[in-house]
Amino acid sequence: MTAAVLDPRAHPSADQASQWRLMWWAFRRHKLAMTGLVIVALLYLVALLAEFFAPYDPDAAVARHVYHPPQAVHFFDTAADGSWAFRPHVQGMRLSRDRFTLQTTYAPDPGQKIDVGFFVKGTPYKLWGVIEMERRFFGTVDPTQRAYLIGADRLGRDMLSRVVAGTRISMSIGLVGVGMSLVLGIILGGLSGYYGGWIDATVQRIVEFKLAMPTIPIWLGLSAALPMDWPPMARYFAITVILSLIGWTELARVVRGRFLSLRTEDFVTAARLDGCSERRTIFRHMLPSMVSHIIASVSLAIPGMILAETSLSFLGLGLLPPTISWGVLLKEAQNVRSIAQAPWLFAPGAAVCLAVLALNFLGDGLRDASDPYAQEGR
Amino acid sequence: MLDLARRPAEAPPTGAALAPVLEVKNLVTAFATRRGPFKAVDDVSFTLAPGKTLCLVGESGSGKSVTARSILQIVDPPGAIESGSILLHRHRTAKGDRAGPAETVDMAALHPRSRAIRAIRGRDIAMIFQEPMSSLSPVHTIGNQIVEAIRLHDHVGKKEAKERAVELLKKVEIPRPEKAIERYPFEYSGGMRQRAMIAMALACTPSVLIADEPTTALDVTTQAEILALIKKLQTDVGMAVLFITHDMGVVAEIADEVAVMRFGKLVEHGDTLTIFERPQHDYTKMLLGAVKALDRPSPRRLQRRETNPPGDPVLEVRDLRKVFGSSSGFLGRNKDYVNAVDGVSLTLRAGENLGIVGESGSGKSTLGRCLMRVYPANGGEIRYIDRKGTVHDIAALPERGLAPVRRDLRMIFQDPFSSLNPRMTVGQIVGEPLLVNGLAQGARLRDRVAELLSLVGMPESAMERYPHAFSGGQRQRIGIARAIALEPKIIIADEATSALDVSLRTQVLELLLDLQERLDLSFIFISHDIAVIRYFCDRIAVMFRGKVVEEGATEAVCTAPQHAYTQALLSAVPHPDPRMRGTRIRHRYTGAG
Amino acid sequence: MLLAYVVRRLFWSIPFFFAVSLVAFALIEAPPGDYMTTFAATLAQSGDIVDQERLDALRERYGLDQPFVVQYWKWISGVVRGDFGISFEWQQPVSDLIWERMALSVILAAATLLFTWAIAFPIGIYSAVRKYSIGDYFFSALGFIGLSLPNFLLGLVLMYIAVVHFGSDVSGLFSAEYQQAPWSWGKVVDLGQHLLIPVVILGTSATASLIRIMRANLLDELYKPYVTTARAKGLSEWRLLVKYPVRLALNPFVSTIGWAFPQLVSGSVIISYVLSLPTAGPLLLQALLAQDMFLAGAFILLLCALSIIGMLVSDILLAVIDPRIRYR
Repeated sequence: MTAAVLDPRAHPSADQASQWRLMWWAFRRHKLAMTGLVIVALLYLVALLAEFFAPYDPDAAVARHVYHPPQAVHFFDTAADGSWAFRPHVQGMRLSRDRFTLQTTYAPDPGQKIDVGFFVKGTPYKLWGVIEMERRFFGTVDPTQRAYLIGADRLGRDMLSRVVAGTRISMSIGLVGVGMSLVLGIILGGLSGYYGGWIDATVQRIVEFKLAMPTIPIWLGLSAALPMDWPPMARYFAITVILSLIGWTELARVVRGRFLSLRTEDFVTAARLDGCSERRTIFRHMLPSMVSHIIASVSLAIPGMILAETSLSFLGLGLLPPTISWGVLLKEAQNVRSIAQAPWLFAPGAAVCLAVLALNFLGDGLRDASDPYAQEGR
Repeated sequence: MLDLARRPAEAPPTGAALAPVLEVKNLVTAFATRRGPFKAVDDVSFTLAPGKTLCLVGESGSGKSVTARSILQIVDPPGAIESGSILLHRHRTAKGDRAGPAETVDMAALHPRSRAIRAIRGRDIAMIFQEPMSSLSPVHTIGNQIVEAIRLHDHVGKKEAKERAVELLKKVEIPRPEKAIERYPFEYSGGMRQRAMIAMALACTPSVLIADEPTTALDVTTQAEILALIKKLQTDVGMAVLFITHDMGVVAEIADEVAVMRFGKLVEHGDTLTIFERPQHDYTKMLLGAVKALDRPSPRRLQRRETNPPGDPVLEVRDLRKVFGSSSGFLGRNKDYVNAVDGVSLTLRAGENLGIVGESGSGKSTLGRCLMRVYPANGGEIRYIDRKGTVHDIAALPERGLAPVRRDLRMIFQDPFSSLNPRMTVGQIVGEPLLVNGLAQGARLRDRVAELLSLVGMPESAMERYPHAFSGGQRQRIGIARAIALEPKIIIADEATSALDVSLRTQVLELLLDLQERLDLSFIFISHDIAVIRYFCDRIAVMFRGKVVEEGATEAVCTAPQHAYTQALLSAVPHPDPRMRGTRIRHRYTGAG
Repeated sequence: MLLAYVVRRLFWSIPFFFAVSLVAFALIEAPPGDYMTTFAATLAQSGDIVDQERLDALRERYGLDQPFVVQYWKWISGVVRGDFGISFEWQQPVSDLIWERMALSVILAAATLLFTWAIAFPIGIYSAVRKYSIGDYFFSALGFIGLSLPNFLLGLVLMYIAVVHFGSDVSGLFSAEYQQAPWSWGKVVDLGQHLLIPVVILGTSATASLIRIMRANLLDELYKPYVTTARAKGLSEWRLLVKYPVRLALNPFVSTIGWAFPQLVSGSVIISYVLSLPTAGPLLLQALLAQDMFLAGAFILLLCALSIIGMLVSDILLAVIDPRIRYR
């Protein structure tokens, strides 16, 4: 009785609403999940147009700017006579070295104001390695000057540009890895759930075996087996394959479970009796009931992949420089001394947390909304 | 009434039995929802007297169960008692001091978590529930759960409590109680579980027993035994019983008084004979009418058979077998075989309705599904004779050759919720068989679906809507429309009316009879409900443990059953006529043969 | 019944152990080349002359030139007798190197599991019983953050805070004076003190997910009919909660040993590396990078074995608390 009110089907036009509409209504009420959706969408946008969003070439090193601290953006400029104007800029910094201890410190240089802005012309680059472009989303108005919103690393490379560049690899490795797991999971889980019998028993044994294995030592072993001299692209795919080898079981479990429960549903029997072929029964009648669940589990599996890549690369067994991923960047933060000097090296970690958190919220919301008919028959 | 309560000592011993122990006055229980409170129980009043049974009757959603739970204040949140009083006259109970001062408690005023109400629950008022399996904890032994109930209110030692638990199990006729007490609920059968529940409820010899549909989940023969047990225990200890049910037959069997509920309100209240013979409220009349209509053959069917007697056989089943083998353990150690269908032979004639009746586990549903080749048979023949006179053996056809047969044989399912794909519109669902068999497309498909929907009494506008927009009865009509879409010859209806309220049952049966006349159909109607079968079927086959034990014309089998099982089954069916109470001798069939 | 189940379950883990050993060996065999290649490279780097004959002799001595099956057979028959081979890099029997480190790994994982349960169990119950209360939201938020924080990052942040704000070092499992000392009561206490930080770091994500599992399970159980039955008996809410729904929600909780334990074991590899703990992790990593195959193989095998034992224990415990499983 009360469920009816919380029920998405209580929507006035619910009578004619398809499963996707019902799911959307249920999902929309989930504020955190909506936030997650927006953040995930933005992250993938950044990943897609990484070159455009990065203020500089992530590999461009400036020796003068080693461990350059972050600079805040000031929006208004006050002149000596007290008048002010809208002029976004950052305060320039000057490097000084202690003569005895050789320790380097950065001090603000009052005379130097570096103008920054959106859609500025920066150093030329090739989008996706093909399209020649100059405009960047954000940067210094004068392309020869540099501003560091979140600091620079030990070679004087802009951290923001590097984190943005890492977004592409880290976010895509999750997606590609899950894609591969999905194929494995759907095939094995589907076979297992639809046919049952000895196929099911065998697949179940494999899944159990896989669950009993401690993942990280196995990952380490597999990654250590990759030759260190492989080109970055090959290594990227090899790592993705390794990650998906680990990740498919959960998806297979979901697919199998859904298949098993659907197989005995009366409406599936009815479809068979209606004269549907096996293919039509699966694709027209069973799959629509599973897709939403699969999407939800996929979105919950991506964060695991991202974390796994980050951990592997952090240990030096995943992706290797010059490839830029969040894990590779975090490897720089391994040393307590360097992070004590430059805490902004944690920035890629923040990016990881944001991405994983957003994906978890999104996945949670999707899972809750994935069965709008759950209250059926109560 | 309250006056009465203040002078209990004056009441004579015989009169004391009639003085109420529990009075419910103007009870309102509401569920807080976003749109404001929803009154599940709306201004309900009744009284319970020692040794008497009040039956609370109503269809699903009438609020009868919430009423029962409100008494003990165990309504699940967000439900709560809003107003009214529930007076327990403790001095009139076995526990109270009959001669002592009046001790009346208003339970509605107590906090649901208070010590005071906990002292009443289980001690003065006990309750049993519909699903004995899920109502017992699966990980505690039966003994543990009964001992807990005893020791909660009577401060006795563990050993004594256990002895009393064994006594209780003996009282509810559980064989070998010393052993049974160590067992877990899942090791009990359904009927035994309900007995254990009753034993638990009786642990502290309560004065009031609330039974919330205690026999609904049970087979009819088990139901009869449980009803008899409750009656016997009631007379032994002089309990007042509040019995909640939707089954008028059960009411006629056990009630002293009847209260009819609808939409949370009490529409009629009176003694059993009056309610059954002179119902005042339209709803009661409708309810009784629907029940009584079912207890005899449909006049419409009899009339039709006069002019159109059943023709030649269309389906002949010979020695059909279905074995379910389960190899538990991966090494295939112990294989359990169940002979679900064990050598069944049947004949269905054109234009005839064949009923298959049996209790759960009798194999009747499996039989139905074997006929459609949902399950492959393990032996025997299913000979289907089509319009041209060609014979097809459904049991032996290759999977690909089934399509034409499945066009002529269609199925209606029990559960109107799970049998329609929630992700497809009604138009798509009904149109699917037409589409995949290449019979219609586009505008023609639309027209045909509209026509089918109007045949089953649904508006054309239903086509664009999804199943969730419809009620159970409407969904069953949609399922029927899908079944007749291919102009079949035979329809196998598997418990097609069991999930529906009694008032909808006759409507659906009438629709099926109507369709039979229009479309020249034959039916195999599988049900556990003899009344429905008697109404709908010309012939009947009684199944027990995979075998057909008796077959014949419906009226002949129903009036003069030959086989001992059929006799036991029929004697157990409660009759919706209180005057027939106690006139029949109950048989028990152990099935030793 | 229970005994039969345990025996059956034990019997079933034998093929698992076999498969695990095969996988472990395949893993250490997989890299192209062998330790001698790495060895030669190191020698060449430091300017030494690589004596091909000597390398080949060494290869033959360790049986590195034989086919996979033969090598596997040699290795596994040694393992069964407790001989894990020789570490190339350390020039010591592997069994001398691994046991103390493995023991510390087990202590770390077990301590973390206990910590996780101690935290997750009451919070999970609280969150379910007080659904949608402020406390529930608070713990849910905390749980989400715990889940999304890679635990090595948490380790780094804690180390950073300790170094920058407290000027202390949180790495290692022993204070300097106990580092080389033989085992004593003082050393055990010292270990306990040092374990706290790694346990918290390692346990965060497992705790977060366990809280969510406990909450969801308990919510499922709280409104089951048997709870109503117990309430109708007159049981007080607290006793009712503990005896029935919590007891039933315990099942999935116990089964978490099955997956949480392997996860903790493997998670500790990274944490140990970050905090330089003397557990199996750092040595495994080093061995893998140097292709010190017998050492790496021994660790991988033992870590896998630990996981299988975890599964075994959880299955048996489940059968103890849930009669339905025994009779299946």
